[in-house]
Amino acid sequence: MVVGVLALQGSFNEHIAVLRRLGVKGVEIKKPEQLDNVSSLIIPGGESTTMAKLAEFHNLFPALREFVKMGKPVWGTCAGLIFLADKAVGQKQGGQELVGGLDCTVHRNFFGSQIQSFEADISVPELASKEGGPETFRGVFIRAPAILEVGPEVEVLADYPVPSNKVLYSSSTVEIQEENSTPEKKVIVAVKQGSLLGTAFHPELTADTRWHSYFLKMAREVGDGASSSSIVAVGEEDPGLNQQSKIDLPVFQ
Amino acid sequence: MADSGVVTVYGNGAIYETTKKSPFSVKVGLAQMLRGGVIMDVVTPEQARIAEEAGACAVMALERVPADIRSQGGVARMSDPQLIKQIKNSVTIPVMAKARIGHFVEAQILEAIGVDYVDESEVLTPADEENHINKHNFRVPFVCGCRNLGEALRRIREGAAMIRTKGEAGTGNVVEAVRHVRSVMGDIRVLRNMDDDEVFTFAKKIAAPYDLVMQTKQLGRLPVVQFAAGGVATPADAALMMQLGCDGVFVGSGVFKSGDPVRRARAIVQAVTNYSDPDVLAEVSCGLGEAMVGINLNDEKVERYANRSE
Repeated sequence: MVVGVLALQGSFNEHIAVLRRLGVKGVEIKKPEQLDNVSSLIIPGGESTTMAKLAEFHNLFPALREFVKMGKPVWGTCAGLIFLADKAVGQKQGGQELVGGLDCTVHRNFFGSQIQSFEADISVPELASKEGGPETFRGVFIRAPAILEVGPEVEVLADYPVPSNKVLYSSSTVEIQEENSTPEKKVIVAVKQGSLLGTAFHPELTADTRWHSYFLKMAREVGDGASSSSIVAVGEEDPGLNQQSKIDLPVFQ
Repeated sequence: MADSGVVTVYGNGAIYETTKKSPFSVKVGLAQMLRGGVIMDVVTPEQARIAEEAGACAVMALERVPADIRSQGGVARMSDPQLIKQIKNSVTIPVMAKARIGHFVEAQILEAIGVDYVDESEVLTPADEENHINKHNFRVPFVCGCRNLGEALRRIREGAAMIRTKGEAGTGNVVEAVRHVRSVMGDIRVLRNMDDDEVFTFAKKIAAPYDLVMQTKQLGRLPVVQFAAGGVATPADAALMMQLGCDGVFVGSGVFKSGDPVRRARAIVQAVTNYSDPDVLAEVSCGLGEAMVGINLNDEKVERYANRSE
């Protein structure tokens, strides 16, 4: 099984390193035609504005939209989540192009600048039931986006409580917790819709590989269900791709 | 840490004796998000917009680019916070700003206005010739310059979450940046093949903390993100630094001191993304207009910013 990782900018090396730990090969995708060789794709974290610009320069958007439309599994982390969203707020002047497919509204830089970046244990019941392990997952949020609204088709996998005065965008689906004396709102940070997965945090920056194996299982399910053409034998793919495995950064925790 | 033996590698406290509110993983995390990208020096909100449109992954907000600091002389200080705020409001990508070496109050001010990364930079006139800022005291992450492995590891021990080569800023001459990357990478290769027993003396020789030297040996690379900086002026320069093993590139005066900043900025970004593809490099290098004027570093009169700190 070979998983494509969009390698325009950002944490694609980290994703490939996690896949390697799970015994799966990740290949860098920089050109539209390389998408034909893979049956699933990870869009990594990075600067979404930058990645959108580079995808535009490389003419990747039509191919990415086609990939999503064919029902192939795609997982976006952080910037990748923004790519997959149908609607994003808080973009640069003139907006940025999106791939779309995930029926939700994402606030691009919901949590603010780097000083507001944080780590938190988030509750992940769905992930724990499928992959085992603890009920929580250490989420690393780096200038992270958040999901404000989701459509009916979308399954919410995790959310995160924020003080209500921090919510920059009001929305009907954001719940208000009444139990506590300090009212808290929750924003959604992980979703699944069909073969699309989105996380606002960075599972590629932690040692916990459960999100990656969760995605790989999604990819296998789709691969089994669909015709064999979507799981082309890619054993003999271009050896030039990703030949030298880069030594990667340590995981800090 | 005190009674846990000599080395604590990867585990508790090795290089992140930092406040709980901003763990080292979060500080390194942003640098990891910048990997494979280009960080550009800008002096106005308009230039910041050009950089963003060109695909820069961050901008460095400055009052003067290094080439102007070089030609105008005088003491170079932190930029006006007002200007940094304006630049921050004009773009969505991360904004960095420079503080003088050892000037921790400038760093406090930059943290207060919410810049995403502070560059403790030798391009500005140093405020302290002996000490760097204790970067563990800050929630904002720092990037620092280095000329060799020892210097890089000393900065990481002080709390830097990202390292760049010093190069020779404002010259348009990439030779010093190449020298510094080669030095760091070469030292790491030597270290990789070294017997564990020899690492103690090696750490003493390069004047770096033993635990970080050992960690670098085990990893085979610096434990944080490493960018190239200082003298990058063309797409080919940028791709050269990437092929030498850097994670990304800073471009200072090279973009906005050239004939056609819009095209050059975009070309350098594409060169970094496709650094190992000569066909793309050839294509993006065509017809970029005049590059910035370079300075020959054999001239004794040229001040070496890189030697301003150890």
